[in-house]
Amino acid sequence: MTLGTLPAQITDYANRADPYPLYAELRRTPVRREGDGTYLVSTYYEVRSLANDPRLSNDTSHRSPGYARIGQPNEETGLPPSFIFTDPPLHDRLRDTINRPFGPPHSPRFLDDLRGDLAKVVTELLDAFEGKDEVDIVEDFSYPLPVTAICKVLGVPREDEPRFHGWADALASSLDPQAGEDGLEKAQRARQELGSYLTDLIETKRRHPGPGMLSALAPEMTPADLEATAVLLLVAGHETTVNAITNTTLTLLRHPDVLARFQREPALAVPLIEEVLRYEPPVQFVPWTTALADIDVADTTIPEGSPVWLMLAAANRDPKRFPDPDRFDPDRKDNEHLGFYTGIHYCFGAPLARMELHVAVPELFRRVTFSRLLEDPPPYRANAVLRGPRHLPVAIEGLTA
Amino acid sequence: MSTDTDTEARRQGRIVVVGASLAGLRAAETLRDQGFTGSLTMIGDEPYEPYDRPPLSKQALLGRARPEDTALPRRRDVDAAWRLGVAAEGLDRDARQVRLANGDTVSYDRLLIATGTRARPWIHPEEAALDGVFVLRTRDDSACLHRKLTSGVSRVLVIGAGFTGSEVASACRELGLEVTVAERGPAPLVGALGGVIGAAADRLQRSKGVDLRCGVSVTALEGDYGGRLRRAHLSDGTAIDAEVAVISLGAVRNTEWLAGSGVAAGPRGVACDAGCRVFDVNGIVTDDIYAAGDVARSPHPLFDYQFLSLEHWGNAVEQAEIAAHNMICAGTKRIPHLWVPMFWSSQFGINIKSVGVPPLGDQLVVTQGSLTEERFVAVYGYRGRVIAAATFDGAKWLGFYQEQIAAGAPFPPEYRTVDRRTETLQPVDPDFPDPHLPTHGPTVTLSGHSPSERRVQFVPSRA
Repeated sequence: MTLGTLPAQITDYANRADPYPLYAELRRTPVRREGDGTYLVSTYYEVRSLANDPRLSNDTSHRSPGYARIGQPNEETGLPPSFIFTDPPLHDRLRDTINRPFGPPHSPRFLDDLRGDLAKVVTELLDAFEGKDEVDIVEDFSYPLPVTAICKVLGVPREDEPRFHGWADALASSLDPQAGEDGLEKAQRARQELGSYLTDLIETKRRHPGPGMLSALAPEMTPADLEATAVLLLVAGHETTVNAITNTTLTLLRHPDVLARFQREPALAVPLIEEVLRYEPPVQFVPWTTALADIDVADTTIPEGSPVWLMLAAANRDPKRFPDPDRFDPDRKDNEHLGFYTGIHYCFGAPLARMELHVAVPELFRRVTFSRLLEDPPPYRANAVLRGPRHLPVAIEGLTA
Repeated sequence: MSTDTDTEARRQGRIVVVGASLAGLRAAETLRDQGFTGSLTMIGDEPYEPYDRPPLSKQALLGRARPEDTALPRRRDVDAAWRLGVAAEGLDRDARQVRLANGDTVSYDRLLIATGTRARPWIHPEEAALDGVFVLRTRDDSACLHRKLTSGVSRVLVIGAGFTGSEVASACRELGLEVTVAERGPAPLVGALGGVIGAAADRLQRSKGVDLRCGVSVTALEGDYGGRLRRAHLSDGTAIDAEVAVISLGAVRNTEWLAGSGVAAGPRGVACDAGCRVFDVNGIVTDDIYAAGDVARSPHPLFDYQFLSLEHWGNAVEQAEIAAHNMICAGTKRIPHLWVPMFWSSQFGINIKSVGVPPLGDQLVVTQGSLTEERFVAVYGYRGRVIAAATFDGAKWLGFYQEQIAAGAPFPPEYRTVDRRTETLQPVDPDFPDPHLPTHGPTVTLSGHSPSERRVQFVPSRA
């Protein structure tokens, strides 16, 4: 294995189904400088330390010239960067504002009140399995739920949901460093269509408030900030949760012993889902941070201006932090994984994602008797950052009410 | 071989834990987790099973949690004999016995002292007995105060603006009550965080409608004919009509029961080594008596080997676990208690958190955010290195500064960070009050270099 090609190999689609040997290789050099001056950090304590380091910025405009500036506004939309690509104080002000209608202390019941609706969606999706002996877990189950959830969170009318699917898909792929011209162009187009849709919707919500965050935020934020926020929540809240539900299903079907136990002990859902988030995190790495100053870490100095990639999926399997890290073990103690990142950019939607997983996964395995995976590994999406199967065809034996 | 035999022996016998709160419970659980099979006795002066105290000055006062629902979650069954509702009254080291208030004695082979602290009472007992005068430390205190606050009072007087007093004032404002806070120092939280941060806390309280009176003390509490509090007199000659007074003058360590026992116990706590083994009055370490939690004080290498006594939740947990481990392991397997002090408070909608030992600081800079926006990170320096940090709504950064403290990183930190508001950092005096003056109890107490109360006077570290 040639050292210099590791990031290329990680982003190479051929390795999408199993990047973990590459991550193991990467961890041999906890802080690795690539030929172009990008630093890859892959061990748990170093990733955690840097994610909490105030010398690391999420605003890619701090990058030295010549590096990709992920998340920066392009000329066409002219929108400000969404809060994930900002630093304090702007970041904190935006995130505080956006959190008001979303979670505690101001809205402690907002998410919980959506639980019943989401459970109903799960029931409908599973009812549709009736009479089938093959289903695609992605198309038939994982994919529809999160888009409904995020539409309810934002307050998007149900009839517009199908359009959101397409936009979310195109936008998510633009986060991939290997997106390519075609992908970027598609993303651009989706971004514009979504933008004009949201502009209208936000204006409607401003005049006729209804349920959901857009109505609550419309009086608080500029239309541009709110639009950037809605796009972020859509992209980050959709693809990731699809992958989390699919990865959980895939992992359980690959571990029949755990699956059998889960069916006997439904309470296993909590540690099991956390272990999937460690073992197969839906966001594999964060390639959009930049050093604001020289940072000494693990006997290496990352110079000011350098792009830094934090390799969450590699850190989650660091044997220095997690004994026997390649083993899927729902009984793992002290499972403080980085599946939702850490620090001030800790996943905003983590409580929503956990709720969706807990509504979807136990019910899926309670009602469906699985026979086997029809393709293992399944076909993956192109995206190396938001990594997950494109399809997960499975054979099923039956469905209980 | 001999080590194995020793370890086996130490896993048996009789262990007595005096103090059935957070530290006592976590120690008991650790003992059983690590294979202690002997008899375990838990002695507690309150009639309740171990419960959590932080909610008592926050959610419980607001009625969002009931004080009786704050029982600590159990990590495991501890298989102990519980002697609750009866305080320990004496220790006989020769006979290896703890004497209880009801006259019983309990024999031990190893003893853990985790008696914690109690609220410092109001100086005049007859005034303290007035209906409407409260302290806040226990479940019962919280329940009584909550009932009173929700029974239609018009003004509450909080005496002392340390963390507990400030949290009580915050709860009162949230309940829509008028509140006056009387603080002897120049600002709230000044003992724990210094005058610079204290000034930010001062602005915060006033902006939330607190009638804050600093630099004054309460000279007398006056009752009506029915023995109910009606008025308080202040040292500036003014008087305040109030039906409720909450005495928040810090904590007193529960060490009186150890008087005459020969262990190094006094008003500053029970001195122990970094392995939680208690010293005797001659400064010789015992090997059968351990201490943990608020009552313990032990030397910390990061802070010049000064003896730190910490009234911090996290410290109680970790020190208890280490004490329990050391009580039953072979000598070479003992581990030191090197916790970096950390505490949090929640008041007036702001999360306040600190790491390290702020009162050691001789300089301070605001590295991130701004004091006036009530969101900032302030870093304390001590002789050119980072010694502590405190945040208002910025707790997520403290892990970074904790690493800086542990690494002895240079102060002031010159590197660029997110949310840096000034080109160059201008360190200022953090403005701690003279440690000779009585305070309302900073949560970190620097208590000199010596384990023996008899031989060494307290020497202010910042002299």
